Amino acid sequence: MVAITLGKGVNMGLRAAMEADPKVLVMGEDVGKLGGVFRITDGLQKDFGEDRVIDTPLAESGILGTAVGLAMRGYRPVCEIQFDGFVYPAYDQIVSQVAKLHFRSRGLVKMPIVIRIPFGGGIGAVEHHSESPEAYFAHTAGLKVVACSNPVDAYWMIQQAVASDDPIVFLEPKRRYWEKAELDESVEPEGLFRSRVVRAGADLTLLAYGPMVKTCMEVASAAAEEGRDIEVIDLRTLSPLDFDAVRESVAKTGRAVVVHEAPLTLGLGSEIAARITEDCFYSLEAPVMRVGGFDTPYPPSRIEEEYLPDLDRVLDAVDRSFAY
Amino acid sequence: MNDSAFGPDLGEVFGPNQRDGGPELIQLLTPEGERVEHPDFAFDLDDEQILGFYRDLVMTRRIDTEATALQRQGELGIWASLLGQEAAQIGSGRALRAQDYAFPTYREHGVAWARGIDPLHLLGLFRGVDQGGWDPLADKFALYTIVIGAQTLHATGYAMGMQRDGVVGTGDPARDAATIAYFGDGATSQGDVNESFIWASVFNAPVVFFCQNNQWAISEPIERQTRIPLYQRALGFGFPGLRVDGNDVLAVYAVTQAALQRAREGSGPTFVEAYTYRMGAHTTSDDPTKYRVLEDLEHWKLKDPIERVKAYLSRGGVADDAYYAEVEREADELAVRLREGCLALPDPSPLSIFDQVYEEITPELEQQKAQFAEYLASFEGAH
Repeated sequence: MVAITLGKGVNMGLRAAMEADPKVLVMGEDVGKLGGVFRITDGLQKDFGEDRVIDTPLAESGILGTAVGLAMRGYRPVCEIQFDGFVYPAYDQIVSQVAKLHFRSRGLVKMPIVIRIPFGGGIGAVEHHSESPEAYFAHTAGLKVVACSNPVDAYWMIQQAVASDDPIVFLEPKRRYWEKAELDESVEPEGLFRSRVVRAGADLTLLAYGPMVKTCMEVASAAAEEGRDIEVIDLRTLSPLDFDAVRESVAKTGRAVVVHEAPLTLGLGSEIAARITEDCFYSLEAPVMRVGGFDTPYPPSRIEEEYLPDLDRVLDAVDRSFAY
Repeated sequence: MNDSAFGPDLGEVFGPNQRDGGPELIQLLTPEGERVEHPDFAFDLDDEQILGFYRDLVMTRRIDTEATALQRQGELGIWASLLGQEAAQIGSGRALRAQDYAFPTYREHGVAWARGIDPLHLLGLFRGVDQGGWDPLADKFALYTIVIGAQTLHATGYAMGMQRDGVVGTGDPARDAATIAYFGDGATSQGDVNESFIWASVFNAPVVFFCQNNQWAISEPIERQTRIPLYQRALGFGFPGLRVDGNDVLAVYAVTQAALQRAREGSGPTFVEAYTYRMGAHTTSDDPTKYRVLEDLEHWKLKDPIERVKAYLSRGGVADDAYYAEVEREADELAVRLREGCLALPDPSPLSIFDQVYEEITPELEQQKAQFAEYLASFEGAH
């Protein structure tokens, strides 16, 4: 047992993946000598060399475009996008090339690429450094999208993502990089495309991923003081969704609230709410509620706490669900 | 390796001998403050104007050091220091005419100063109260652009608009205009920047591409972005490229002024590589001791952009200690005003974020705003 941060979990997971398979490469801006602006790749270039841990030119489309070629050659590139808001120059390569090559080649060409993106807000950053772009990728056929929420998942999920033969957008909740937990490697990890009940409850289901899992756990604790027994599900996988876990929970509780930092309209919550309505209609005691960022650009940081869903905003939705 | 059918060995044109800028570096004032003649670029401004440059440089540096201090004290979330790049920014910024338009990165605090923008407006973005407090249309200075290189295409498009508006090549100095696009060495790897070069070239757009090569893109040295001196790339795109001593305000002014004039006259784009050095960290969040050696910093300290102007002014008896003290006093006043102004910058109202998303707000967003207002009101009196 060792206590690690979420950032260290990704770091250790990458190291294990690189040790396990010499075809695994790490590439991105400042990932080598500096070890990344969040130090997630710290020490990897020193130990695995410049051929495997590549400080790339400052060009995101170039990072993903060359990763496609490396993947065609049998490599497994792990690409770091420095901040969420800088992924868009690479968007064309991700959506039109990475996501579609398997389909276009009738399955002949594999794209075992991992696109790591520190995402979400809450760190007081300037514009383009606090975004939640997951819906763009979850909407794109051919990509899989996962988000870790804690150090142990970070450690295992990055290894599972690297081992996957499909391209994976791997979202890391940057404001949780410094959260700590005990890692016990003897405990069998959850499958990558599985959601997990992180707190069992009978009265209402809170669904979250990435940075909002911790917030929802705090909500459940606060609600417990008022006698409400809330179940919290860490979705972990956004595309595909692991709907068995959701269905089972909502059938039991009859109430669901989905929480994410991303803007509300056409966010993951929209898809989840629609599916719950389709699958669990007769179990529902209230409409599925959604709590998200507002449908505005991410605001200046001095008011990001108002923009981001927090304990009060989620509790408010919980109240509305019970009041329905 | 010898020259071959494939041309010269690139290692010979990009190597240690380029450390000080190489033989084609345009310089009018040495680091020791001595004037040098250049066959193509004369500096014909008088001492009064050099005194003005000195003041600009000092004020710009003071804005920067005060902002860095404000960040250290938690009053700014982050700051991108321009330390060492004052001459590149003042020289080029002062070469602009009122009708020209500048497109900055997020580090062009000196250009903002030259454009007459209140430096207090620069702090809002870094404090997190707004995303640029000036009027980009009236001030002819675009908002800071954090996404690397995107603004070079904007500068090119704006310049194409100038062409269509008939303000290029009329021969009227009060009318002819151009744009200037600022970017760094790292940005030259971006697709957008390369696309802007092509656009500007084939449309002969009146734009000056002003690259401050400060040798570092966060932790990555210039060698990770190019194998040839950057200014030599321009020829491949179909327009001239020049390398100027970016720490020499006189040379930067002369070269930028000539490039802008060329653009205003309708002769098309020019690439200006201002050869300089990022003396500080990439931003206050960065720790350069992890990736670069102190020796380089010491080397570049000797090329300080302010000291050489001061040396020139002192040597010629143009300025004395009383003048320098007066400029210092003015800089102190500015620093005090900046500090007080920064602390007084009001936080935006949470409800204000809904109002500027669209020219015409949507009914859905109106509703979201109303619900949020109701939610906020529910806390009133609760505490």
